[in-house]
Amino acid sequence: MTPKPIFDWQFAWHILPQLLSALTVTVEAVVFGMAMALVLGLAWALLRRSPRKLISRPISLVVEVIRSTPLLIQLYFLYFVLPEAGITLSPLATGIIGLGIHYSSYTAEVYRAGIEAVPRGQWEAAWALSLSPARTWRAVILPQAIPRVVPVLGNYFIAMFKDTPLLAAITVAELLKTAKIIGAAEFRYLEPLTLIGALFLVISLLASQVVGFLERRYGTSF
Amino acid sequence: MSLPAPLDLLPPLLDGLRVTIRLTLGGAVVGIACAVLAGVGKRSPLVPWRWLCAIYVEVFRGTSALVQLFWFYFALPRFGIELSALTAGILVLGLNGGAYGAEVVRAAIAGVPAGQREAAMALGFSPRQIRWRIVFPQAAVAMLPPAGNLLIELLKNSALASMITLSELTFQGQILRANTLRTVEIFSLILILYFVLAQIMSYGVRRLERALAVPR
Amino acid sequence: MEPHSSLPSATRPTVTMRGVVKRYGKLEVLSGLDLDIACGEKLALIGPSGSGKSTLLRILMGLEDIDAGTIEAFGKPMWTATPNGAAAAPKPELARLRRRFGMVFQHFNLFPHMTVMRNLTEAPIHVLGMPEGEATQRARELLSGVGLADKADARPAQLSGGQKQRVAIARAVAMAPEVMLFDEVTSALDPEVVGEVLDVLRELARTSGMTMLLVTHEMGFAREFSDRVVFMDGGKVIESGPPEQVFEAPAEDRTREFLSRVL
Repeated sequence: MTPKPIFDWQFAWHILPQLLSALTVTVEAVVFGMAMALVLGLAWALLRRSPRKLISRPISLVVEVIRSTPLLIQLYFLYFVLPEAGITLSPLATGIIGLGIHYSSYTAEVYRAGIEAVPRGQWEAAWALSLSPARTWRAVILPQAIPRVVPVLGNYFIAMFKDTPLLAAITVAELLKTAKIIGAAEFRYLEPLTLIGALFLVISLLASQVVGFLERRYGTSF
Repeated sequence: MSLPAPLDLLPPLLDGLRVTIRLTLGGAVVGIACAVLAGVGKRSPLVPWRWLCAIYVEVFRGTSALVQLFWFYFALPRFGIELSALTAGILVLGLNGGAYGAEVVRAAIAGVPAGQREAAMALGFSPRQIRWRIVFPQAAVAMLPPAGNLLIELLKNSALASMITLSELTFQGQILRANTLRTVEIFSLILILYFVLAQIMSYGVRRLERALAVPR
Repeated sequence: MEPHSSLPSATRPTVTMRGVVKRYGKLEVLSGLDLDIACGEKLALIGPSGSGKSTLLRILMGLEDIDAGTIEAFGKPMWTATPNGAAAAPKPELARLRRRFGMVFQHFNLFPHMTVMRNLTEAPIHVLGMPEGEATQRARELLSGVGLADKADARPAQLSGGQKQRVAIARAVAMAPEVMLFDEVTSALDPEVVGEVLDVLRELARTSGMTMLLVTHEMGFAREFSDRVVFMDGGKVIESGPPEQVFEAPAEDRTREFLSRVL
């Protein structure tokens, strides 16, 4: 009998389709998770600027706690607590919400930096022209703040993609969970884990190129 | 003597916390070593070494920390290397954190004004002396703020080790939850513990920054 | 509190400031300033750096608060005195008053992501509720007035400093303010283009009935342009009078000292 090689290429080829279909779950998680993080993060950033301390202080604290504690705990929290509160969601939906909330704490910080980078003179000119606060935000500040931070937001998109394996802990059938299932079934972990490692690497590298392109395009537009 | 709820949950959690701290500190030491070696290595005149450092950084930054943990714990045995969960955890946390740290080190070194190197050369220092006695100490201060953030990332990543059965804080929390079903209390306590640890680490880094700050 | 007078507005000062104090932490920038500004007056504010001239403009524009004193504008209270300082008028009142002031800044502060045309029409459309067609028409007229009719679709980044400031002036005028505040509007410009901006100011002074307050270091222009010159130092008005008097025969020593340094 021929000795089995350390890395069984045939086996790897055999399991690739299964892994690629798990990739669609991963992509779904990131796309919706990031959409949520982008919207929620902006809400945090705007609320933190409220002159009313009763609003800005608790929000700052909540965002800080979410940002400095593990995503895994937050996922477990949602996975176990939501049903107890009467909200039943699929593991994937729970995972998306967990990713969205966790990463909104990062995007809030990114938005904050972008907003603060808008020169004070812009605020003053809008004030001198009697533009309302809503109009000032919509027409003057945000159009200048957001393009500048698009590359950084892009990097967090990539980071979230690399965090999707955590969803395996709440039974979502994304890449890692599928690799585990294959590994446990066939008693071979090397091939599935190496394959998904390679998939992550290739996608991250490609995505980094895109972010680099965004950086050149949006870096200095004014 | 029994503690009132929810504090009665603390003793088992504190056992996990001890492991978390060991894991984080161990990972930090490995991470700092890797970051310095790779960060300096990426500027090395030796091309193969430079390439190796670049590949290390790209691979460990471009793949997920959890996947790396699984690979080291479940796939390495195929090569005859069996690691304990704690060893795998410290190693992966260090290698992963070190890859991000390498960029911080590289940028900080590049940020030291060229005039410093030129003056040192004019005074007759050897390249090695210049790198370690003149440039690195100045770069070290610039490295601290981003390093502080990476340290917090390391702490958060330590929770991932629970998925390779290491009985750190998150793992203990899961066990406790399965036994007592007091989910909200347990996870709230755990969040507070992580948060407090993170604040302590940030404070420590800030103190270090102030102590090392060099007036110009 | 002064009672509202039944005299026609032409005889009543448009802006009255009494005992205005402004502090930044421990630093007192305005130390009990008194000033009246008449309707349609062209006023030049001169003085050393730190004398509080720009702060005065910013206070009138509502960009800064005051710590003590009273300010009245268009016969309505803007800031009233309280036992321990000064209180602003209620927000809706302040907003209404604010609309009657306009300001041009030293660093232009044009909106870089909007075209020149949009810079000029944004406020008239969204604050005054002007229909877009009318706002655009008016903007074109103003741009012609400052000699930049062909730049309507350009972006601020494509303009020179002098052009940017002329657009900034047009943008402020588009809101038809009754009092225009000019905060060192030529100080950030290269010498060659200062002239084109001063030409616009001169034209504005000649053709519009606006009250104009100019903080400036351009002494020659201040002299030619203004009805009255106010010299400030240490947060107070030291001397005020017609340009010939202040520049040629200053009554105060400090005025003389300052003028000898800058002229």
